[in-house]
Amino acid sequence: MTVSDLNALMPLTIIAVASVVIMLLIAFKLNHKIIQAICALSFIVSLVSLSNRPSYLSNSLHQLFIIDGFSIFVLALILFSGLVINVFSYIYFEEKEENPKEYYILLLLCTLGAEVLVISNHFFPLFIGLEILSIGLYVLIAYLRTRNFAIEAGIKYLMLAAFSSAFLLFGMALIYTDTGTMQFNLIADHLNKLGMPSIIFLVGFGLMLIAIGFKLALVPFHMWTADVYQGAPLPVTAFIATVSKAAMFTVLIHFFNTIGSNRFQISTLIITLIAIASMLIGNLLALNQQNLKRLLAYSSIAHLGYLLFAFLSSNKLGIEAVSFYLFAYFITTLGAFGVVTILSSKEQDADHIDNYRGLFWHSPIAAIVMTIALLSLAGIPLTAGFIGKFYILSAGIDAHLWMLAIVLVLSSVIGLFYYLRIITTMFSKGDKHIIKENLLHPAYYILSASTLLFLTICMIWFGIYPIQIILFIRSVLN
Amino acid sequence: MAGGLLAWLSGKWEPYLPRTIALISILIVFGLGLTIWISHASLSFYDNDGWIIDFKRIWIPDFGISFHLAMDGLSLIMVILTLFLGVLSILCSWDEIQERQGFYYFNLLWILAGIVGVFLATDLFLFYFFWEVMLIPMYLLIGIWGSENRIYASYKFFIFTQASGLLMLLAILGLYFINGRNTGHYSFDYFDLLNAEIAPTDAKWLMLGFLIAFVVKLPVFPFHTWLPDAHSEAPTAGSVVLAGLMLKTGAYGILRFVIPLFPQATAEIAWLAMLIGVIGIIYGAVLAFAQTDLKRLVAYTSVSHMGFIMLGAFSFNELALQGVLLQIITHGLSTGALFILAGSLKERLHTRDINKMGGLWADAPGIGTTGLIFAMASCGLPGLGNFIAEFMILMGAFKANIPLAVIATIGLVLSAIYSLRLMQKVFLGPKTDEHSIKDFSLREIIIMASLTIAIIWTGVYPQPIINTVNSSISKLKEYYSSAVMIEEPIVKKEIKYLPKSIDNDGK
Repeated sequence: MTVSDLNALMPLTIIAVASVVIMLLIAFKLNHKIIQAICALSFIVSLVSLSNRPSYLSNSLHQLFIIDGFSIFVLALILFSGLVINVFSYIYFEEKEENPKEYYILLLLCTLGAEVLVISNHFFPLFIGLEILSIGLYVLIAYLRTRNFAIEAGIKYLMLAAFSSAFLLFGMALIYTDTGTMQFNLIADHLNKLGMPSIIFLVGFGLMLIAIGFKLALVPFHMWTADVYQGAPLPVTAFIATVSKAAMFTVLIHFFNTIGSNRFQISTLIITLIAIASMLIGNLLALNQQNLKRLLAYSSIAHLGYLLFAFLSSNKLGIEAVSFYLFAYFITTLGAFGVVTILSSKEQDADHIDNYRGLFWHSPIAAIVMTIALLSLAGIPLTAGFIGKFYILSAGIDAHLWMLAIVLVLSSVIGLFYYLRIITTMFSKGDKHIIKENLLHPAYYILSASTLLFLTICMIWFGIYPIQIILFIRSVLN
Repeated sequence: MAGGLLAWLSGKWEPYLPRTIALISILIVFGLGLTIWISHASLSFYDNDGWIIDFKRIWIPDFGISFHLAMDGLSLIMVILTLFLGVLSILCSWDEIQERQGFYYFNLLWILAGIVGVFLATDLFLFYFFWEVMLIPMYLLIGIWGSENRIYASYKFFIFTQASGLLMLLAILGLYFINGRNTGHYSFDYFDLLNAEIAPTDAKWLMLGFLIAFVVKLPVFPFHTWLPDAHSEAPTAGSVVLAGLMLKTGAYGILRFVIPLFPQATAEIAWLAMLIGVIGIIYGAVLAFAQTDLKRLVAYTSVSHMGFIMLGAFSFNELALQGVLLQIITHGLSTGALFILAGSLKERLHTRDINKMGGLWADAPGIGTTGLIFAMASCGLPGLGNFIAEFMILMGAFKANIPLAVIATIGLVLSAIYSLRLMQKVFLGPKTDEHSIKDFSLREIIIMASLTIAIIWTGVYPQPIINTVNSSISKLKEYYSSAVMIEEPIVKKEIKYLPKSIDNDGK
């Protein structure tokens, strides 16, 4: 362990320490505001600590972790997203739950798990990170325990996550039997020596793919998504949609790129099929949803399909496309969930499409933010989502994946339909009976609103002028 | 000039301002456009490769994307038309739109800005950008201010155009990468891509991607179904902009991109495109005859007229191409006028059903007269712009493909039938309604008078327009004949016998 190692792991350490500190503070019965502020602070400090990037890792650490440009980028996204979710959480939980403080510990722990996943280069941290993330999420999903859907969602997630962990473990075990190592690059070396992978390895590989597919909610492992999205508290839904998926996706990229999964035709074929199915089925299922959370759940399946497409193009442009798309997807999804959070009342989330009827005419700002977020998800120009989709298409066409490109186009047209439906609803003439709840926490309300505005400006700005972020991604990746 | 262009685009993005500001800003821009036209009318357009203005800024250099606007005769004429109809559409929604004015004009101006952008962009990425930018406000315009069935219509409009637009994006990207691989210089710039060497099979697919986007927009026969819905449900200004301008972006796209970028591939499918165009002419005319909804009727006449554009654009000779240009303009004027007419009738009668109209001439001779003029224009009466345009297209097409041209001529007869039916039902015949209606107000008289003057002008003296676009057209012809030289000697023979210029025919 050297100083540079410590530096490298600083973001993780800070988050871990912060969770312990908050736990202690809760024992002193400090109020919600302070806890939330400390939580926010730890996210910020951790984000700042990312900026001093270590030049190398010592050998002992290198076996376990890989801190390359891509992981740094995803780490930053995760921490940023944690910060935003933390901001939205205050209003949401203050109104609903008499005891919201433990929520922040769990939030921090889940973030920690995600961070470990992002930098893992070995099956151990991979599994540990995954478990920290999942176990935290079980509780978070069922946090509003008086609500019916919450418990159902929590149990569902528990069962499926446990299953997928089992698959993952079994897959790891098989790969270990075959190769005798758990370190990604050593596995790759082993494969290079062998030339052709053995059957045992392929089975293990497939099992791991299934487990990852579950976590990413790719078709056909997507069944849990809608229910969990619907049942979980809104900030947690946003967390699952962004942080947990991004972390898992990074693992996928690290693992598959290190061992060079595109060497096996069979795995490329399977991933292609999964990507196509995710894009199409995700969007098709979202078509008829009346519940916004469920709708976003299905749309996130499709977006993961798009990401897989970029991943499949497996060239330099592909990784850039993944990074940019993740970025666009993060700010967009956070924006969309942020609006839903702000509009939610004490009794229930504003997740039914009817809640949005005529929104534009009584609270135009929220409606505009939502519209832009949805347009960005749909990939319409002037938004970051468009540049993201454009990037992915470029990467794909560069790699001659015409088939996938056409599927992407088709499925975005399908997607357009339901995004438009919400937008139309917001712009249609609504009955004015919307209950305008009095603002309990004006300061936090303003804070959340300004965060939303910031996200919106990002969506537009990087949709029109993406060069800065592209250059940034390039500089980080190299 | 560059500053003027920037102001052109940005000046219109002033949101949430009431109608006067909208009008003033567009008038300023219109004035600017006219000045450019007048100042260049005397100059030879063959100078400087025919490009009048060229404005380039770096946008996303890593992808070879630049903010590149350029204007030649073709785009100049299109821009003038856009702004002219833009002024009129603001005028005609002056009283029609009562609620949410600020947002309405915001959308309207934004659409116009998008369309102007489409006509000026010479970077394919930028072109796609503008192409999409005009869609969302149009969608909102139909979806919020439309009539009863507006939601359905706006969906249909958006999804049709968006789907085809994405195909175009794929084609653009394909072109980008193929050209980049061949030359090592990755660029979305139109001028770089113009010289791209593409394998014939690739070119065919890419060309199809572009072509589908444009023919959906145009719209040509199998892809036309969004048009009647969108037209009939949109507010008057929306219909005017849709018919007068948005359809023209499709035509413009074919002329600007499909033919120059893929001359050979286009030549190969020319007969098919012409056939589709002819089907569109006949089909649109027949359906127009059967409509009882005034706006739908006009919408189907658009389908028919767009068939002429398709026919002309793919006949590939100077005569037909000049005809296409004129058709674009005159159709914009005449259809715009008919939609405004339908809008004002609806404002008065609260119906678009022509069976419920009749005998309006007695009450409103002003409306009747203009109706007569533009119905006649639509059926191609000599002296009005459409006659020249369709005549030239047919002449051109006759050289390229005789049977198709003959069939297309039948379309003219059909158009006379539906135009006369329109007149008969609406203005003549027994009066069905007891209420008397008001004639045009001063504002409407101004709108109609300017349109009438414009259409008669194009009908009697189209030479300035032809002069302006001539350089672009002769360039187009070069692309085509270069392709023909390599590929198909059959058509080339016919081209040889073309008159050098159309000056005398045009008058």
